[in-house]
Amino acid sequence: MAAKILLNQQNFEITLTRLCHQLIETHNNFENTVIIGLQPRGVFLSKRIHKQLQTLCKNKNILCGDLDITFYRDDFRQKELIPNQTNIPFIIENKNVVLIDDVLFTGRTIRSGLDALLAFGRPNKVELLVLIDRRFSRHLPIQPNYVGKTIDSIQSQQVKVEWKETEGHDKVTLLNT
Amino acid sequence: MSHLSTNHLLGIKNITKADIELILSTAKNFKEVINRPIKKVPSLRDITIANLFFENSTRTRTSFELAQKRLSADTVNFSASTSSVKKGETLIDTVNNILAMKVDMVVMRHPNAGACVFLSKKVKNCKIINAGDGAHEHPTQALLDAYSIQEKLGSLKGKKVVIVGDILHSRVALSNIFCLNKMGAQVKVCGPATLIPRHIKSLGVEVETNLKKALEWADVANMLRIQLERQDIKFFPSLREYTMLYGLTQEILDGLKKDIIVMHPGPINRGVEISSEVADGKNSIILEQVENGVAVRMAVMFLLAGKQN
Repeated sequence: MAAKILLNQQNFEITLTRLCHQLIETHNNFENTVIIGLQPRGVFLSKRIHKQLQTLCKNKNILCGDLDITFYRDDFRQKELIPNQTNIPFIIENKNVVLIDDVLFTGRTIRSGLDALLAFGRPNKVELLVLIDRRFSRHLPIQPNYVGKTIDSIQSQQVKVEWKETEGHDKVTLLNT
Repeated sequence: MSHLSTNHLLGIKNITKADIELILSTAKNFKEVINRPIKKVPSLRDITIANLFFENSTRTRTSFELAQKRLSADTVNFSASTSSVKKGETLIDTVNNILAMKVDMVVMRHPNAGACVFLSKKVKNCKIINAGDGAHEHPTQALLDAYSIQEKLGSLKGKKVVIVGDILHSRVALSNIFCLNKMGAQVKVCGPATLIPRHIKSLGVEVETNLKKALEWADVANMLRIQLERQDIKFFPSLREYTMLYGLTQEILDGLKKDIIVMHPGPINRGVEISSEVADGKNSIILEQVENGVAVRMAVMFLLAGKQN
C-alpha cells in the first residue's frame, strides 16, 4: 500500500491556525503561559505556533523554549542517543506550560519531557499539544489537550512530518514500512 | 548515528577525531544542565561507578564525583592510602574484588603508566576511564582543555597552543599534544631543555626554550606545574631560577602585542610557574577549566555508559 497523505500544505496551515486559536481560548494573552517544544522535531512546531501566536495576540513577549529529553529517557542504553540543545532561558515556576511535540505515539517521550521540565521549576499546570495523535498505541496514561489530527495506525507504520524549514514543504504522511 | 569507537577511555592516543568531537558536543549539552536551577539528570541512575585513586587528587576526583552525582550514578570511593593495597594486594585482585560487587564503570588514577590499559585487558563487562596514569596520559584533562579553548576561541583548528613547564613528567602535556594535534591545532612545548623529552618532535610538536618567543607565537598558553614528586634528580639549579626564566608574570603578558589565554591544569604553585596576578587576572580561564571539567566528564561517562558492547 502506498503512503497516505495525512495533511497537505493547505490542511497543515489550517490546522496550525486552529491550534493557535484553541490555545488563545484557554490562555488569553499568554501572560502567565510559556511554550516549550520538545527536541528534536517538536521545536519546528513550537516555533511556528509561537510566531503565529505573537501575531494573533499582538504580544511580542510570549516565552518559548526548546527542551531536550535525552538525559531523561527510559530507553537509554538500549540504543545510542545523541543529545540536542536545551534552551530555556526562563524559570517555569508557577507558570502554565504548553508542551509541544509533533507526533504522540507511546507517550514515553512526553513522560521524559515531564520529568525534564521539573529541572526548571514547579509549573502551575502542564498541557500537551501535538500535531498528530496516534491513538490506541499508548504505553502510558498520557493524553493530549490539543490535537492537530487524530489517526488510527498500527505499530509497523510510521508517521513522517516534513517541515518547510528542513524539507522545503509542510506535509504529514503515513508510511507503511 | 555517531557513537564512540571505544569501550574504555584509556588515552587520547587511541581515540579518533570524531570521538573527541562527539565528547565535546555532548559536553556542551551537559554544561547547560549544570547551570540549571536543578543540576541533576537521571541518565545513569542504574549504573554503579567505582573511583579508584591509587594516587592523590583533589580536582579530578571531586570533578568525577560531582559529574557522577549529577548523572544520578551510584558511586564507591576508594583510595590507596586507606585500603588493603597497603597490605600487599595486587591491582588485579583489588579491582576484581570491587567488580565482584557489580560495578559497571571504573575511574582509575594510578602512579604507573599503562595501568588502565593493563586493567582493560583483564576485566570483563566493565568500562574503564583513565583519570591519570603516571607520566603517561590524562585524557579527561586534555578533553576539558580542548573544550575550554574551543569555547573561548570558537574552534581548535589552526590555533596555536604553547605548553610550558615540566613536559617530561607531565601526563597532561602528552594527552594535550595528542588531542590538539587530532583537532588540527598547532602545538609548541616550552621549558628547560632538561625537562623536554628528547624525541618529542616525533609527535609533531615544535620545541622552544625561550618563554617570551613562545608566547609571542601563541594564542593559548597552558602552564604546567613542576612535578617535584616525580623528579628523582635535579633537572634545574633552583626553583627561583626556573621562575625567573619560565614563570609567567603580568609584566610578560603586558609586553605581548596581543591578548593570549592562560590555562593551568592545577594544582597551581603560585609564584613558581605562574604569578598570582596572572592566575587571577583577566587572561586566565583556570576556574572555567574546572567548571568545564565536570561537563566533559559527564559527557564521557554518559557516552561510555550508553555504548553497546
